[in-house]
Amino acid sequence: MIHLAEITRKFQMGDQAVYALDKVDLNIAAGEYVSIMGPSGSGKSTLLNIIGLLDRPDSGCYELDGKNVTELSETEQARVRRKKIGFVFQAFHLVPRLTAAENIELPLILNGTPPVERQTLVAEALQAFDLQSRAQHRPAELSGGQRQRVAIARATILQPSAILADEPTGNLDHVIGAEVMMLLENLHHAGTTLIMVTHDRELGARARRHIGMRDGKIVTDVS
Amino acid sequence: MTLQDAMLLSLRSVASYRVRSLLIILAMAFGVAAVVVLTALGDGARRYVANQFSSIGTNLIIVLPGRAETTGAFPGAVMGQTPRDLTLKDAQLVGRLAQVKRYAPLNIGVAELSAANRLREVTVLGSSADLIPIRHMTLAQGSFLAHGSGHSAQIVLGAKMASDFFPEGKAIGQRIRLGEMRFLVSGVLAAQGESMGFNTDEIVIIPIDYAQTLFNTSSLFRILVEAKSRRDIPSAKLAILDTLKQSHDGEEDITVITQDAVLATFDRILRALTLAVAGIAAISLTVAGILVMNVMLVAVNQRTAEIGLLKAIGADAADIRRLFFIEALWLSMAGAIFGFLLGQFGSLLLRLAYPQLPAWAPVWASLAGILVALVTGILASLLPANRAAKLDAVKALSRK
Repeated sequence: MIHLAEITRKFQMGDQAVYALDKVDLNIAAGEYVSIMGPSGSGKSTLLNIIGLLDRPDSGCYELDGKNVTELSETEQARVRRKKIGFVFQAFHLVPRLTAAENIELPLILNGTPPVERQTLVAEALQAFDLQSRAQHRPAELSGGQRQRVAIARATILQPSAILADEPTGNLDHVIGAEVMMLLENLHHAGTTLIMVTHDRELGARARRHIGMRDGKIVTDVS
Repeated sequence: MTLQDAMLLSLRSVASYRVRSLLIILAMAFGVAAVVVLTALGDGARRYVANQFSSIGTNLIIVLPGRAETTGAFPGAVMGQTPRDLTLKDAQLVGRLAQVKRYAPLNIGVAELSAANRLREVTVLGSSADLIPIRHMTLAQGSFLAHGSGHSAQIVLGAKMASDFFPEGKAIGQRIRLGEMRFLVSGVLAAQGESMGFNTDEIVIIPIDYAQTLFNTSSLFRILVEAKSRRDIPSAKLAILDTLKQSHDGEEDITVITQDAVLATFDRILRALTLAVAGIAAISLTVAGILVMNVMLVAVNQRTAEIGLLKAIGADAADIRRLFFIEALWLSMAGAIFGFLLGQFGSLLLRLAYPQLPAWAPVWASLAGILVALVTGILASLLPANRAAKLDAVKALSRK
């Protein structure tokens, strides 16, 4: 499903070019559960952003579902991102002035889904993530776990084929973190590809496939 | 994203940053209100002047002695001559012209009026029967100076003079003394108040030849002429100049003022003035526009993470641009509408404070004010909206 070939991404730091990704090759099949681990600055978040089409590689080729997406225009990439990718962030990134239900509804609005259909889908998502009683609350009135549940509900509302999670439990305590992981893994069990970037060895170990990164290169890839 | 959703979403932003939105709306509103109120004031002044002019008569031509020179002194003065007086004969000559419907000679002076142990100084107009229709005066009681009654000692009192001297209201038929002469009160003018700085309520009117005797003069102060129609005014003016030149031995020593010309001049001046103040007020709108731009730029900065998120969940640059653009549009629109209402309210207060001033903002000014507000709002939002759309999603998301 995901096919990266010789992906390079470099940043200019003063007069020095820093390679966040250095000719990375990676194949991920549909339905896999992959953890990407490595020290800070090893390029793991950059890899995730490139997979999620948030960032463009300087060179290399990226095929998603058999289609070369590196050459797509920004608008077309936004469409692909909307339909196929769901992001879950460490900082949740909920819109503070919108309620939980409205945050979940956002991707549907961007997608142009008609309002009636939106209502049903949001109601289903609220129920699936046990958020019915919090539907009309704003992010500030929600606990960390509830916020991440809203974020996951939002990431999955358009039924993407892959969930990209960047330290999804980084801002949560152990118990709540484990609950959130359960939710993500349930999605994986239902057939969604799950790619997670984490520092946490214990968390990383739960995945079926472990990718280790250092200095912009994949150094280990254990299934 | 549908347009309707974009409008709703940006309306939510406007509503949730309340203080910020309110301040922008206020700035816009004051700009629009300034345009509305100032043009109301300017146009009100224009209409006030127009009303005053038409209240003194229609198709009016005023003949006065002396040549009005725009440069230098009166030429006759250099040669030791004085301008020839206007006389009753001149007035009669003018009255015979084909373009003239009627005329009234006018003399003015001050004399002592006394009756029933009361005494006061009054302004005395000497004129003829046609003064009433020419000057659009109305009588409250009795009759005006009779036609051809040049030699009967009649007097017409202004409304205030009548009530001062005859509080019981029986002024008609009473004898009254003006200077050394005795008059019979034939009529009382209806109260008119002030017009062109001249209060007709506090004057008395007597036949022209009595006035000339009273003030011991053979000259006239003015000749008021009413042309047959508006179209006849220019030719009447020329004919009067020509006739009086002949009667004054070929010397063009009179001045003819037409009401139209004066009115047109005032109209032009006041219109230009109205445009000028509207322009100045519009500058405050551009200032408001710059404020909108500034605040929208701050909003883009504040909401960087949110913009990054919108991109991550599939918004493209056009969606983001549209959201910020519509948000600015909401703000300008609210400001424009609020400002229009504020301006109308201001004009209402002006009308209440100065009932004589018809301070209504002209439609074009209100429309222009609203339009300029919207256009500046739109222009001011382009830069911030573009900046938001071009934000790098990864960098935006890493900002807290």
